[in-house]
Amino acid sequence: MKRRSVLALSGALLAGALAANPARAADLIFTSGALAPVTEAQKMRTVILKDFKSPVTFLPDEPPAMLTRLRAEVEGKARVSSLVGGNDGDLAVLAASGALVPIDDVAQQLASRGFAPDLMTMGKLGTDKQLYIPWMQATYFMVANKKALPYLPAGADINALTFEQLRQWGEAVQKATGKRLVGFPAGPNGLMHRFFQGFLLPSYTGGVVSTFKSADAEKAWTEFAALWKTVTPNSTSINFMQESLLSDDVWIGFDHVARLLGALEKRPDDFVAFPAPAGPKGRGWMPVVVGLGVLKDAPDPAGAKALIGYLTQDSTQLITAREVGFFPTVKATLPPDLSPGLKMAVAAIQGTGAAKDSLAAMLPGGLGPKGGEFNKVFIDTFQRVVLRNEPAHDVLARQAEVLQRIMTEANAPCWKPDPVGAGACQVK
Amino acid sequence: MTGKRALYLTGVAVICAWVLVPLWLLAANALGGQPVISAWPKPLIPSAFSFETMLEFLAIEGVFRAMLIGFEVALLCTFFSVLLGLPAGYALARYSFRGANAFRLMVLLTRAFPVGILALPLTVGFIRLGLYDTPLGIALMHTALALPFAVLVSASLFQAIPRELEEAAWVFGCSPLQAALRVVMPLALPGVSAVAIFAFVISWNEVFAASVLSARNRTLTAYLLAMLSESPLTYQFAGALLLIVPSVLFIYLVRKRLFAMWGIASR
Amino acid sequence: MKRRSLPYLLIAPAVIFLVVLFFIPLVQTIALAFETKSGLGIGNFARMADDLNFHDSLVNTFRFVGLAVPLQLAAAMGMAMMLRHLGRGRDLVLWIWTIPLGLSDLAAGLVWLALLNDRGYLASLLYALGVVSEPQSWLTYETPIALFVAVVIAEFWRATAIVVVILVAGLQLVPKEFGEAASVFGASPWRIFTRVTLPLMKPSIQSALILRTVLAFEAFAVVIAIGGRNFPVLVSEAYTWQNFNQEPSVAAAYAVVVMVLSLAATVLWLKLLRTPEEQRA
Repeated sequence: MKRRSVLALSGALLAGALAANPARAADLIFTSGALAPVTEAQKMRTVILKDFKSPVTFLPDEPPAMLTRLRAEVEGKARVSSLVGGNDGDLAVLAASGALVPIDDVAQQLASRGFAPDLMTMGKLGTDKQLYIPWMQATYFMVANKKALPYLPAGADINALTFEQLRQWGEAVQKATGKRLVGFPAGPNGLMHRFFQGFLLPSYTGGVVSTFKSADAEKAWTEFAALWKTVTPNSTSINFMQESLLSDDVWIGFDHVARLLGALEKRPDDFVAFPAPAGPKGRGWMPVVVGLGVLKDAPDPAGAKALIGYLTQDSTQLITAREVGFFPTVKATLPPDLSPGLKMAVAAIQGTGAAKDSLAAMLPGGLGPKGGEFNKVFIDTFQRVVLRNEPAHDVLARQAEVLQRIMTEANAPCWKPDPVGAGACQVK
Repeated sequence: MTGKRALYLTGVAVICAWVLVPLWLLAANALGGQPVISAWPKPLIPSAFSFETMLEFLAIEGVFRAMLIGFEVALLCTFFSVLLGLPAGYALARYSFRGANAFRLMVLLTRAFPVGILALPLTVGFIRLGLYDTPLGIALMHTALALPFAVLVSASLFQAIPRELEEAAWVFGCSPLQAALRVVMPLALPGVSAVAIFAFVISWNEVFAASVLSARNRTLTAYLLAMLSESPLTYQFAGALLLIVPSVLFIYLVRKRLFAMWGIASR
Repeated sequence: MKRRSLPYLLIAPAVIFLVVLFFIPLVQTIALAFETKSGLGIGNFARMADDLNFHDSLVNTFRFVGLAVPLQLAAAMGMAMMLRHLGRGRDLVLWIWTIPLGLSDLAAGLVWLALLNDRGYLASLLYALGVVSEPQSWLTYETPIALFVAVVIAEFWRATAIVVVILVAGLQLVPKEFGEAASVFGASPWRIFTRVTLPLMKPSIQSALILRTVLAFEAFAVVIAIGGRNFPVLVSEAYTWQNFNQEPSVAAAYAVVVMVLSLAATVLWLKLLRTPEEQRA
């Protein structure tokens, strides 16, 4: 009867699957919230991790899923992962729950690598112990199709644009082609909130939280709403700018380097890369740091520490940059034979950091589990002011209340470019 | 052929096209790769046909193994759903007992609550039960999800089978169990096939529970869909195609069972 | 007497199974929805209701369910009836019609995304017919009605098969002779359908409606695939709160709302389509 054959078949498959599951248990498990997209994970496994001395199982996941999984490992008392990789915010969440062990010994061992001191300080997550080692870094910039270049406003230097000039550029393109060809990653998985936290607001107000409802902030949002009139409405579906650039849906786009590199690599002759625009208070930009931490009760802490050493050595750092577009945190000089796409990306990034008016805005820190709500404040403000055309003043006043509540509850001190001090950051 | 019959057959053909054409177009996108996706205007027959994207996709580590695990989980789920669902459906159909409606509602609660929200307590519970990251564990969870179908569909089927048939069998000396097995089950077989199909497909396509409850032994769907949301459109379409083919094949294989007893049922 | 305990014995395995695997975590999560910083309360629900997207998601969900479910029931009924009269090739046609069943909703969403996006096949067709001259955006926040229709169509395409399978299985057991007898007495096909077939199919229709409605309240992968954040529904908001905003208690609150609505709908269908004891064969 049908049931019997199903039973037999499933029994056979079960046996087969169990048999095909040899001693993977001895592998070092490296859980990661970064490099989750399929292509990046594949490169991690087949290229970057290839030369490590022992087998590593790389398990990337979306950060929320990864955090849930790690928490469940703790609560179920069955720790599986030894090494964890994630951005600063996720590692902060882990640290807050005591899941990371101090790795000052690793920091000392690797001191000669020349990690940027700023990054090492971030890796302490506000304590006096090293909780993560900075693994790789990235930032955001803009890419334009060369077809758009003729429409640049007169006298504008593409490597030193202002937001005003960007708007004029977008308008010129729209007038000439009849289409809106500026793009921002405002899709469900897009990184739009980083644009507000690291680029728009610092450029206009010199701060993020403390100046949230200032007159400068109102100006920022209002002018961005005007800029949005030149932005393609498909932006609210864009998660990866490179796709829209390659399909010519967008001629001028902003996104994270990893989500732009594809376009630059595939058709380097068609695109130019340049730093994001500046506002009245400077050229805000946000460095993104991904770190490595060793988990408490890890099955293989020694292996995890060795892997940290491997991933932060010069050669691996360079391969990582080449393969996935995340750049070194150690003092490693990039070789001259980089692909043209990567060269453009590097130039844009260096141009951003080295600009005279550059204004680094750190990743939100110390928010712990409130990070998500914090991001929501900016996305909601965007929806209200830019998409629904509500008056900026009222929206900011309301959202400022929410923001203050979050900062107070998280007891998070201000981070640069807001004035750094003790106690929860205040919205003026 | 009469005009009416021709109209009717046209209607059938149109519905078939309605189903098949979008699938064809998805396949065209998956097999055509980036050039087709960015093309404007899109021709109905793509100019470029390459298996490159699909092969790249299949070469991704673990994809094939994930397919095997997915099959295993789906078959287990089918087995358990039928095993647990049929008797329960029979009880609901044949007996009016206190708590029948409560049971129905309870069974539906499992479907009415988005399972992904249960991620943390579920994972912790599974780790404690030793079922975390095992095909069996995922299959059990999928069975919980497929049970409402199994119970309700089999209940409605048993309800439609005249009670008199069983009663007649009792008169002829069959025990209730024999009557149920020999008389009712054959008539219910098409419905059992429907239940089996649902259970298999639900399990195969289920993503949240499977992602949450596994780390290394993932089903294909969990493996792909979790990654696909951050992958370029080419991979999304390729992955979609890869997901579609096995369940379509499975339904094809069991389609005969759907009408195996047509002759008897129409008496 | 053995008979009285029999039904309970029959449902026992299913009940135990569900309690262990599902209800315990479910209760924990519902408790989470009512847990606020100051003890038990409805704080999370208040936060949920106060949110920017709550009202939209509620309205969208109701509109979606209200449109999709009746459409699918009617279409599935028609398809089931058509299938009945097909002789040869019925297996093949049924197989084709149930193919969408085998798709995950994300896959279905992607299929229709390919069809309806700016450079999609529909736009290409219109271009070939000379109706439009460039890629068309129907799926953005600027075209909410078109977006809604697109989502409904995608879901209709995918999920009607579920209803078809249930109804076909149920229709099987409606003997043809009843209808034939009625037509001998002069009843029109429509009357046979409404007076003979439909009532006999009540149990299947009830199951189909219940399942379809509950699933419709939960549908969201297809919504996200086609509309992104532009068409919020209750479940998509629940997942956003859980994963993006990292507030599982508000997500749990949304989920409780979904559950209550689904249960209410179920009770409604159970009452409306109740088959009294006598009518059961």
